Amino acid sequence: MSTFYDEVQALKARYPDWLSATMPALRLAQEKHGYLSPDALRECANALGTTPAFCESVATFYDMLHLQPVGRHMVEVCTNLPCALAGAQRVVEAFEEQLGLRAGETTGDGEITFRTVECLGGCGRATVVAVDERYHEFVTPEKVPEIVGAVRGNA
Amino acid sequence: MGTPELILAHTDERDLAQLDEYRAIGGYRSLARARELEPAALIQAITDATLRGRGGAGFPMGRKASLIDQKNPRKYVVVNADESEPGAFKDREIMGRNPHLLIEGCLITARAIEAHAVFIYIRGEYLTEYEILDRAVEDARAADLFGDVDVVVHRGAGAYICGEESALLESLEGKRGQPRPRPPFPPVTGLYAKPTQINNVQTIATVPKILELGVEEFAKIGVPSSPGTAVFSLSGNVARPGNYELPLGTPLRSLIYDVGGGIPDGRAIKGIIPGGSSVPILTPDQLDTPLDYDSIQAAGSFFGSAAVIVVDDRCCMVQLALRAAKFYMHESCGKCTPCREGTRWLVQLLTRIEEGDAVDADLELLESVCSRMLGRSLCALGDFAVYPVSSYLRKFRGEFQQHVDEGACPYGAESSIAGIEAPIDAHMHHPTVEVPG
Ligand SMILES: Cc1cc2nc3c(=O)[nH]c(=O)nc-3n(C[C@H](O)[C@H](O)[C@H](O)COP(=O)(O)O)c2cc1C
Ligand code: FES
Repeated sequence: MSTFYDEVQALKARYPDWLSATMPALRLAQEKHGYLSPDALRECANALGTTPAFCESVATFYDMLHLQPVGRHMVEVCTNLPCALAGAQRVVEAFEEQLGLRAGETTGDGEITFRTVECLGGCGRATVVAVDERYHEFVTPEKVPEIVGAVRGNA
Repeated sequence: MGTPELILAHTDERDLAQLDEYRAIGGYRSLARARELEPAALIQAITDATLRGRGGAGFPMGRKASLIDQKNPRKYVVVNADESEPGAFKDREIMGRNPHLLIEGCLITARAIEAHAVFIYIRGEYLTEYEILDRAVEDARAADLFGDVDVVVHRGAGAYICGEESALLESLEGKRGQPRPRPPFPPVTGLYAKPTQINNVQTIATVPKILELGVEEFAKIGVPSSPGTAVFSLSGNVARPGNYELPLGTPLRSLIYDVGGGIPDGRAIKGIIPGGSSVPILTPDQLDTPLDYDSIQAAGSFFGSAAVIVVDDRCCMVQLALRAAKFYMHESCGKCTPCREGTRWLVQLLTRIEEGDAVDADLELLESVCSRMLGRSLCALGDFAVYPVSSYLRKFRGEFQQHVDEGACPYGAESSIAGIEAPIDAHMHHPTVEVPG
C-alpha cells in the first residue's frame, strides 16, 4: 500500500500543481488492480488527496482507463479510415473467429479482451493492431493466429 | 528522396535517439547559439522564418510567441504530441527517430519566451515512442543541457479531443479533456492560467533547423507563404504508404505518384483527403494542387495535419462518410450542444441512407444538419465532423442519391470498407469476463 502512496507523491512533485498527477496516478492504480475498481479509485483518491468521485469522473473520459474488469491482455484493432481501406474488417473478423467472441468482449477465461479502436497513428502500415500497447503493423488475417498464439503463450 | 530533409535528415543512417549520434551531426548546436541570443531575437527569427503551425491551423508560431506577456514570471511551453487525427502518423516518427531534435526545439522555445518548464503531452497509445522520448529527456538532462529548464513528458490516456489545445491543457491539469471557451487564448491564459506557448511536435522540431540554416536559407525551402518542409503521412490505397518529408508546395500528384508509387491493383483514384479525416475531400481533377496551406485552402480543403489519405474506386462514399461520422461522434466530448447532438444526427442519417431507408428529403436534412453545425461548436471538432460528410455529399451527390433511389447501397459488400465496425458500435456489447484473481 505504502509504495503506491509514495509513487503518487513522487508523481505529484513533478508538476507545479498536484492535480496534474491525476492521470498518471490513475494509470498506476489500473496497473496495480487490473482495472479501476472501486477499491482502486479509493486508493488513488486517498494518495492524491481528492475524492473517489473526482477520480472516477476523470477516468470515464479516457478510453485507456477501464472502469469494468478487462482481460489480462488487451488486443485492439484499428478500424479507422486508412486501416479500413486496407481491409481492417477482415482482420477484426479473423480475431473474432480465433478468439470465439465479438469485438468489445473478453474471453471466458479472463485472458484476452478484444476490441476495435480509433486511429492508432500507424496508418501507413495498415492494418495496425495493438497488443498490450505494443504495435503490430501490416497485419493481415493470415497473421492473426500467430498473434493470438503469442498472447496466449505470454499468459 | 533527393529533397531537402530537415526533420528526418540522417535518420536512415544513424540512430539519432542516441545523444552522441545526435551530437555527431551537429545536434544541440542550435541550442548553444540560441543561448547567446536575446529571447526577443529568437522570437524575431521564428517570425521572420514564417514558421506556420504544423498541427492543423497553420497559425504563425512567432505571432503566438509575441502574444505572451514576457514579464509574467511563470510561463510554460507545451508540446502537442497527442497526434490522433485519422491518417496522421508523422509526430510518432519524429519522436521515435529524432527525439533530441524535439527536445532541442523545446529548450530553444523555452528560452524564447523565458519559460522554465516544458510539458510534452504524448498520446497514451504511443508507449514505445514515450519510452524513447523519456530516455532521450533523461540523457539530455544528465548531459546538463537543460540549464534552468525542466522537461516533463506527460502521457495521455486515449481521447482524440485532447489534441485540441484547450482540451489538452485541461487534461494536462488532471481533468476531463473538455475544451475551454476562448478567448482568452493560451498565450494569455494557458496551463494553470499562465501564459503558454503551445505547438505541435513538428513545429517545435523545426525551430532548431531555422537557427542551423539561418532564416534566409530556411525561407528558400518551400513556398514564400509557407517556407520549410512538412512530413506528409501518406496512407490508404497507394502503393508505397509512409512518411515522406517534402518541401511545402510539392504537388499532390507527385506525392501520390512519384513518391507513393501510385494506385495499386490497377484501380482508379476516387478521392484524396489531403489533411487527415477531418478535412474536405479533393477529387482527381485537383491532383495538381500544391501541398501548402494557402493552395489547399484555395482548392476548398485544409492542410490540416499533412495526412494524405488516398481512396480508390472500390469504396462507397456513404460508407466512408458514416465511418468518419462514427469516429467524431465517439470523440465528441459532449460539452457543447451542436457537436454532441449534431454528430448523433449525422450518424443516424448516414445509417439510414446506407441501409437504403432514406427518402429524398433526408439528403436535404443531412445538408441542413451540416450547415447548422458548422462554426457553432465550442471547438473545431464539430466542424471536423461536418467536413467529410458535407464534402463527400457535395462531390459524390449522385452516389448518395443512388442509395435513395435504389433503396440499397449500390456497392454493398463489394465496397472496400464494407461492414467496417467502429468502436462506438461495440459500446453495446457486454463483456463476458470472469474477474481474474
Ligand atoms: C479536435 C481537434 C483535434 C486536434 N488534434 C491535434 C493533434 O493531435 N495534434 C496537434 O498538434 N494539433 C491538434 N489540433 C490543433 C490544436 O488545437 C492546435 O491548433 C495546435 O496544437 C497548435 O500548434 P501549431 O500551431 O504548432 O500547429 C487539434 C484541433 C482540434 C480542434
Ligand atoms: S487508421 Fe489505423 S492506424 Fe490510423
